[in-house]
Amino acid sequence: MTGLEDLYREIILDHYRSPRNRGELDCPPARRVEGFNPLCGDEIVLYVEVDSEDNVANIAMSGQGCCISQSSASMMTAAVKGRSVAEARRLTKAFKAMLSISDTTSVSGAIVDLHGAGFETNESRPPALGDLEALSGVATYPVRIKCATLSWNALLQALDADAPTGATEAASP
Amino acid sequence: MAPLGVDAMALGVGGTGIDVAAVAADFPLLARRIDGNRLVFLDSAASSQKPRSVIDAMSRYYETTHANVHRGVYRVAEEATAAYESARAGVARFIGASGPRGVVFTKNATEAVNLVARTWGAQNLSPGSTKANRAVLLTEMEHHANLVPWMMLRDALGVELRFLPIDDEGNLILTDLDRMLDGVGLVGVTAASNVLGTINPVRLIADAAHAAGAVTLVDGAQSVPHMPTDVEALGCDFLVFSSHKMCGPTGIGVLWAREELLESMPAFLGGGEMILDVRLDGWVPNEIPWRFEAGTPPIAEAVGLSAAVDYLEALGMERVRAHERDLVGYALATLAANHGEAMKIYGPADVDHRGGVVAFTFESALGHSVHPHDLAQVLDHRGVCVRAGHHCAKPLMRRLGVSATARASFYLYSDTADVDALSEALFAASDLFAGV
Repeated sequence: MTGLEDLYREIILDHYRSPRNRGELDCPPARRVEGFNPLCGDEIVLYVEVDSEDNVANIAMSGQGCCISQSSASMMTAAVKGRSVAEARRLTKAFKAMLSISDTTSVSGAIVDLHGAGFETNESRPPALGDLEALSGVATYPVRIKCATLSWNALLQALDADAPTGATEAASP
Repeated sequence: MAPLGVDAMALGVGGTGIDVAAVAADFPLLARRIDGNRLVFLDSAASSQKPRSVIDAMSRYYETTHANVHRGVYRVAEEATAAYESARAGVARFIGASGPRGVVFTKNATEAVNLVARTWGAQNLSPGSTKANRAVLLTEMEHHANLVPWMMLRDALGVELRFLPIDDEGNLILTDLDRMLDGVGLVGVTAASNVLGTINPVRLIADAAHAAGAVTLVDGAQSVPHMPTDVEALGCDFLVFSSHKMCGPTGIGVLWAREELLESMPAFLGGGEMILDVRLDGWVPNEIPWRFEAGTPPIAEAVGLSAAVDYLEALGMERVRAHERDLVGYALATLAANHGEAMKIYGPADVDHRGGVVAFTFESALGHSVHPHDLAQVLDHRGVCVRAGHHCAKPLMRRLGVSATARASFYLYSDTADVDALSEALFAASDLFAGV
């Protein structure tokens, strides 16, 4: 089953079995956003609390779905918790850029590509993805990219101050 | 853990007179290999594969006979028109219709339901209608194609929708049927569920509907490809189905309706072909069935569908049905023997009332629920193609208490080796997600 291990890496399976930051937060102060993937019925409910200094002070998620959507959501919450809103946005951009690269013969190659593409010159270098790189294998499975980006799109919507609550669809990966 | 053998012969598989190996050899795509594995195509309920004869008929049509239909007086155009209308006659014969005038070619079964909802439905079910029966009775197991067009009518005209419930085995509960039919103008029911496999008692429902003053629309998308169909025996007023699920091409479907109903219905889409006359101050609709076929129709697709009908008739639909009934019996026995409690299979256990679809949820070796999408991904690495998701039946998914299921579905080219490959691949999924 060569290739499957590249998609379902152990850290992904671990987040699937033991999701981090699972639960709900009071709204307000948190913002609540729902994400749906109509293709496979994935559902994410995301609670994001942004403090007065524009940091993601707290984040929680609930919902259910496939291994990729749920572990990506779990890893996302772990990655952005405590970061500034700007950092969370840059991380989202870097994560999506990783998945838009179709040739993932090596993860390091993908990251090298990241440095050259998609980031405006006035921004600093893209943030290190760390554990999130484990999800790079999803890039070779176009149908599953929506699963992986579902929670990230919900995060972007939650960070948008104009839309404190709402629903998002995995329409654009 | 080695898969347990189930005696296929004891279950009658292979005794139905279909030479599955010979049939499978007629379908070029089935010769494909996926990562070195034999392709195990278990998604025919979504769309079937095509035999060489269908592919060849369409190629030959384009190479020798193509012109627009019902227009030209030259030889090729006459031949194209004859081929198109001959397909209509073949479809009528295939479903036991009295003649081709009741057969309307649509884009697919979905468009056929929309056609009925927008024409007959808008005419007869609107609050302004003089009819006493204006509600629509559907079932909890309908495909979105037989739900959303009626919901759109509810939104636009305030039409009342009612839903026949199902029991825990996936059978319609009909004890309240007569009461639920009170005030109903149309009953929409699937002949065979695309998730549960349930074969519904359409005749019983249609008779009760008629007694209550309602017409019946049957969704035959999962029945017409898999079992003999006779619209008179079904007792229905409308029947819809798609070509691509019955060995034919995509892009064409069928609405069959009683001719007097079609005659009474206003046109659907407007344009060429569907008119008798057009003046700047008005237009006159065409005769049936062309009144409902605006614009250039899917001619090559009709030729392909005709070849598919010929292919199925040569095999015999009784034998197709018997083969699938035996195979689904083998699948239920094999999967239960090998995976037992880890696998929850939906739908009736009695294969006499079940079509060739097996929807299921699955737990890994350590009891973790494996999401159907992950399951389908692992199976794909073994060349096993199953559908994962809500199968365009989200209300049914909610009724079953799941967000998605995996689904294996069979057809005339499926055999016990396909079932065995599915069972084996499920062991791999079990191990992967158990973290062993």
